[in-house]
Amino acid sequence: MIAAFSSIETLFYLAALIAIIASLKVVTQKNTVHALLYLVVSLLAVAVCFYLMGAPFAAGLEVIVYAGAILVLFVFAIMMFGLKDDETKYAPQSKGLTIWVGPCLLAISLLIALLISLDNAEIQHQLSATVISSKEVGILLYGPYLLAVEIASFLLLAGLIAGYHYAKPDAQGGHL
Amino acid sequence: MTAIPLEHVLILACILFYIGFFGVVVRKNTLFMLMSLEVMLNAVGVAFIGAGSVWQQADGQVMFILILTLAAAEVAVGLALLIRLQQRFKSLDIDCLSQSKG
Repeated sequence: MIAAFSSIETLFYLAALIAIIASLKVVTQKNTVHALLYLVVSLLAVAVCFYLMGAPFAAGLEVIVYAGAILVLFVFAIMMFGLKDDETKYAPQSKGLTIWVGPCLLAISLLIALLISLDNAEIQHQLSATVISSKEVGILLYGPYLLAVEIASFLLLAGLIAGYHYAKPDAQGGHL
Repeated sequence: MTAIPLEHVLILACILFYIGFFGVVVRKNTLFMLMSLEVMLNAVGVAFIGAGSVWQQADGQVMFILILTLAAAEVAVGLALLIRLQQRFKSLDIDCLSQSKG
């Protein structure tokens, strides 16, 4: 059973399938928090795909920045919107179990795929032959791509200022 | 050269991109549109990383990091705008924006 799954291709296709299913669920959910749960699973599945493609640095960034920071921003925003008015009336009220069973199953199968790839010596050997280290990425970032890094920092500063300005209440001089 | 053929990576990226595009076009709730945009940006990242791993160049990952910063800035501005939209119209429906002037 496990031997049948122990090749990089099979694990990649499993993670890709999970990413596609989770993304479809994101688009078709009624409730925002449930869609957010599926979005986390989708991002984690894509991170496993990155790992299997030989980019562990990108996989780590995907988990830390996307699933860690951006999704938390979404959660904060949803909490600020207040779930009482137009979202929760579509949500199933008393199906406590069924809400989290779907994302949990997808996340557990991702974990199994990752554990198989970590456990199998042949896969590890294949992966280490094709890996692109973070050192190469860093050298490239601060060499030929230095201008792009500067522009990205300007973009982040613009995002910070715009977020501060737009989110101010009307009483404190904010206006749209 | 990795074990995964580039065609399959690009097919995955296309499917994810179309799912996200479908979400942006079909959904009326702006929060879901932002989430679908995340899925689309993620699909582009898959394409970049796949190409970078096939040619064994780090450029793909550099582009992915730039996409990541773009996504962070976009989400910050987008969610701040959504907070304003919610305060003004008490709804996240994108059709409410057609009532706004200026």
